[in-house]
Amino acid sequence: MTKKRKLTIAVSGLNAVDSPGPGVAVIRALREAESFDVRIIGIAYESLEPGIFMHNLVDKTYQFPYPSAGVDAILERLEYIHSIEKLDVFIPNFDSELYPFIKLEDTLKEMGIHMFLPTMEQFEERHKVNLNEFGEKYGINVPKSKAIHDLGAIYSISSEFTYPVLVKGKYYDAAVAYNMEQVKTHFNKISAKWGYPIIIQEFVHGTEFNVTGLGDGFGNTIAAVPMRKQYITDKGKAWGGISISDKRMLELTDKFLSQTKWRGGFELELMKNKENEFYLLEINPRMPAWIYLAVGVGQNIPEALVKLALGEKVEPFTSYKVGKMFVRYAWDMIVDMEEFQIISTRGEL
Amino acid sequence: MKIKPNIAVSDSGFVFNPDTGESFTVNPIGVDIINYLKDNKNTGEISTQIRQKYNVEQPTFEKDFDDFVGLMLNYSLVIND
Repeated sequence: MTKKRKLTIAVSGLNAVDSPGPGVAVIRALREAESFDVRIIGIAYESLEPGIFMHNLVDKTYQFPYPSAGVDAILERLEYIHSIEKLDVFIPNFDSELYPFIKLEDTLKEMGIHMFLPTMEQFEERHKVNLNEFGEKYGINVPKSKAIHDLGAIYSISSEFTYPVLVKGKYYDAAVAYNMEQVKTHFNKISAKWGYPIIIQEFVHGTEFNVTGLGDGFGNTIAAVPMRKQYITDKGKAWGGISISDKRMLELTDKFLSQTKWRGGFELELMKNKENEFYLLEINPRMPAWIYLAVGVGQNIPEALVKLALGEKVEPFTSYKVGKMFVRYAWDMIVDMEEFQIISTRGEL
Repeated sequence: MKIKPNIAVSDSGFVFNPDTGESFTVNPIGVDIINYLKDNKNTGEISTQIRQKYNVEQPTFEKDFDDFVGLMLNYSLVIND
């Protein structure tokens, strides 16, 4: 039996609130990788992110500066972590991390830390704010959207949109508004949390579907798994889902990847209306929290992403199991106060 | 009319459409009808089989069969020839 090489991989997104981060699912996938063993370094922003205390999954965790702290603060912390851990790969799992990490990709590569991220152009182009232009450019159905930068601009909404509309944050959060008053309320609430702009989006009635996958940066589909949301939380997150075989979703994914030459993991959020037309609601530029379903149906996307990050050739996945479900659950861990104390005071555990 | 070839139906009456991820439950008569459709039996043949097996009058069968097929069309489980 040949011994597998061991990679040290840093993973963020260890949180698990009702809109959980993808980190724990990504780590589960990496632990099941066939082509390497892993030492997992958790990257945490808060001291109560559950992944910090999952010692069967995460070998060591470091607290990390928020993306808003800027590239220099992030680099300084990474240099410290790298001096101890000798990282091979870093997988940022939050949208808000991508901007600084895309900027840092070359610097980190020189340090020996590999990532596999979309280009800055791809990252900006797929942004919610630019969804209309994205749909036009690539011939993909998208709901009408408008970016609003101040409260005064919302008064034009009634003439431009039919209620209800979706009020969305730049990175996270979305709420349905049925009238102008509700738009104002959601605008204030979401902008206070995530800043500007706020996106007003046409509400497409229908059934929600997602695709997660991996593009190699040259227009090829390395992996793609479509899923129908079966159980949806009040935040619109899938708490249960099932893999499906809809060819049109796979064609749409191929089209997205071949035309944008997307590099990295992604999630397409789709809505199918009563006329059976798919609308692309959002492109998330990273793997989703339900990524472990892809592993469960035969496509270990995190493993493939790591190999691409290391510059290795990865053969595209050609099949997956249809009709496999994920059912998410919450689990109360019992944690010693001492551990909480250590991560809170020393910033590492 | 044909049932889509990839529609799965279990003996217990669980129907799964792998294209959409939708699932349904049907009673034993529904299971029989779906299996007859899978065997490419036409409406006349299905009528004969169901009426014999369940002792149903022709008008009752026709009404219920039309309702059932209408539902299956609505849920994209069958396609017209």
